[in-house]
Amino acid sequence: MTKTVTDVICPFCGTLCDDLEVVVSKDGKNLLEVYNACAIGAEKFLQSQAKDRHTRPRMRQEDGSWKEISYDEAIEYTAKMLADAKKPLMYGWSSTNCEAQAVGSEIGEYVGAVMDNTATVCHGTSLIAVQDIGIPSCTLGEVKNRADRILFWGCNPAHAHPRHMSRYSIFPRGFFTGKGHTGRKMIVVDPRVTDTARIADVHLQIEQGRDYELLDALRVAFKGEQLPDVVAGIPKEKIYEVAETLKSGRFAIIFFGMGVTQSLGKNHNIDAAIAVTRDLNEYTKAAIMPMRGHYNVTGSGQVWGWQFGFPFAVDLSRGFARYNPGETTSNDLLRRGEVDAVFVLGSDPGAHFPFSSVKKIYGLPSVAVEPHETPTTEVCKVHVPVAFVGIEVGGCAYRMDNVPIETRKVVDAPEGMMTDEEFLTHVLARVKEIKGV
Amino acid sequence: METVTLTIIKQPELYLEADCISPDVFAETTGEIADLPVYVGREQHRLGDFFEISGRAGTTPAGTKIIVKGDLSRVKYIGMKMTAGEVVIDGNADMYVGAWMQGGKITVNGDVDAFAGTGMKGGELRINGNAGNYLGSAYRGDWRGMTGGRIVVTGDAGSDLGTFMNGGEIVVGGNVDVHVATHAEGGTIIIKGDAKSRLGGQMVEGEIYVFGDIDVMMPGFAYRKDVDLEVDGAKGRFALYEGDLGERHRKRKGQMIYGKLYQLVRP
Repeated sequence: MTKTVTDVICPFCGTLCDDLEVVVSKDGKNLLEVYNACAIGAEKFLQSQAKDRHTRPRMRQEDGSWKEISYDEAIEYTAKMLADAKKPLMYGWSSTNCEAQAVGSEIGEYVGAVMDNTATVCHGTSLIAVQDIGIPSCTLGEVKNRADRILFWGCNPAHAHPRHMSRYSIFPRGFFTGKGHTGRKMIVVDPRVTDTARIADVHLQIEQGRDYELLDALRVAFKGEQLPDVVAGIPKEKIYEVAETLKSGRFAIIFFGMGVTQSLGKNHNIDAAIAVTRDLNEYTKAAIMPMRGHYNVTGSGQVWGWQFGFPFAVDLSRGFARYNPGETTSNDLLRRGEVDAVFVLGSDPGAHFPFSSVKKIYGLPSVAVEPHETPTTEVCKVHVPVAFVGIEVGGCAYRMDNVPIETRKVVDAPEGMMTDEEFLTHVLARVKEIKGV
Repeated sequence: METVTLTIIKQPELYLEADCISPDVFAETTGEIADLPVYVGREQHRLGDFFEISGRAGTTPAGTKIIVKGDLSRVKYIGMKMTAGEVVIDGNADMYVGAWMQGGKITVNGDVDAFAGTGMKGGELRINGNAGNYLGSAYRGDWRGMTGGRIVVTGDAGSDLGTFMNGGEIVVGGNVDVHVATHAEGGTIIIKGDAKSRLGGQMVEGEIYVFGDIDVMMPGFAYRKDVDLEVDGAKGRFALYEGDLGERHRKRKGQMIYGKLYQLVRP
């Protein structure tokens, strides 16, 4: 006998789909099937059932082998490591709930850590641009119901956010968008012919690393000023045509991804894209939104925003919050040797960071709190497996449009496993004991 | 002028935050200079734990000169917020040299890392070497960048030079990386060497002079005319471009005021 849980939230990408159906065994201990999810989302749910999953913490031994340890021992190691360090880095925070992020921030304050999340190698540059010139944004609901000019810049939702186009941006029939995709004009800017670019009405195959120039050219075109014959590999006639297409819409939305946030210019590209959006509002309604990757990276920015005033790369070492990407960002800290311990939760820097940074993690006291076995757990001294947020424990997550959604528990975690929040709460208590506060 | 000489005798395990190395702090301190606080991560130490200190400070910042010697590539914030006096750095220094400085003079005989002269208001910062990224830029999120003073770099400078610049002057003897005078609303930047791309992006007002090549010109800059000028002691014919045409601009006597980019015309 089985039972079906409806309206389940998918804890994979920033689209945070909320219409999944999950079939579980009657006792609620086994997850059997997943409906409505994309291939990646479904795989994440099913992975929680893997038979070879780690269910207890383990510590790397001198000879390179792993030894199983108790949660108490892992808590002791983590608390001591953080309390002893002069400047620990506490990185990740994107694949967990806001409740755990809040406890983690409290630990960070007691130990004088640098708190950084995955935005540091993703949309952190967007956040810098937002701080510089603001952002005219909207919710995905508004996109679904109103947007008729959709611009994907340096992102490939067909693969990275597989249900984004069908749920919100291209295909759905909304209140003022009854014709679905036939009523929308889709523009893709990407140096590659991606699967997203293939279904676009217009694909601007831009020269790699010339996004800033093309964005600037669009602004010049809006104003009717003269352009050089070719900008970023795109003929000026095409640029004027796209500018006109955007201006003639009722509601234009720009979605952008790591093709612009992490290529040459970084925050300046987003700065210019926001300026394009602002300019468009002279002619029609326009908004812009980052395609956030991890399902709750937006949430960690929110939590730190209200706790520290900054959304990522927060240096608490001197007892007050400082923020300066380029100095307080994880890779700069690791590369330069500015931190002496590394704590990772809910992210995989072992896979995402440059090799030079990963080598530094390997050489430092380090803990990875992570349900999976990942390249990060391989380089850390202690691996603490935890329950999957959004599958085995609920909690708050923020969608890419900053809408908070309460994720749901659908199945029990294996016997005796801790959640992120429980583990962190114990570490916090131990840190307070050590510090005598 | 009284002189204090600091020689680094111990390298910090991580990085040393020494915002006390400034004529203002030295002149105003009532206790020992060696007891001034410096930080390594969350730990507070004494300046004397890391530096051998000789000489004494004057009674005013203007009457105080500080000479810092040794490998300072792990020391941040030297000369931060200074208003007068002089600092000489004999060696490479880390980030934030002369950040938010308002007056006086800093001479670096070596290279500096990023964020030198951040949010500078006045004084002179001379770097006899290379500078890192964000030289003379605004602090994160601040739309008021460098408003006054003069920065001279004999070598190369990194990217994001003079972001949100509002006034003052930056002279770079060598080459620069991408993004020069982004969002600038004033000030002058002179580049004696080559520039890569993105000069004057989103620039409102201000002047950029380039003596060498520019790899990629911003599409928002339009050629106007050739002009004969004397720039930093060198005479020559410069091609004048105006922009950024995509950005907002104010009008003066009915004429639109643009940012100006001059490039030396070589025969």
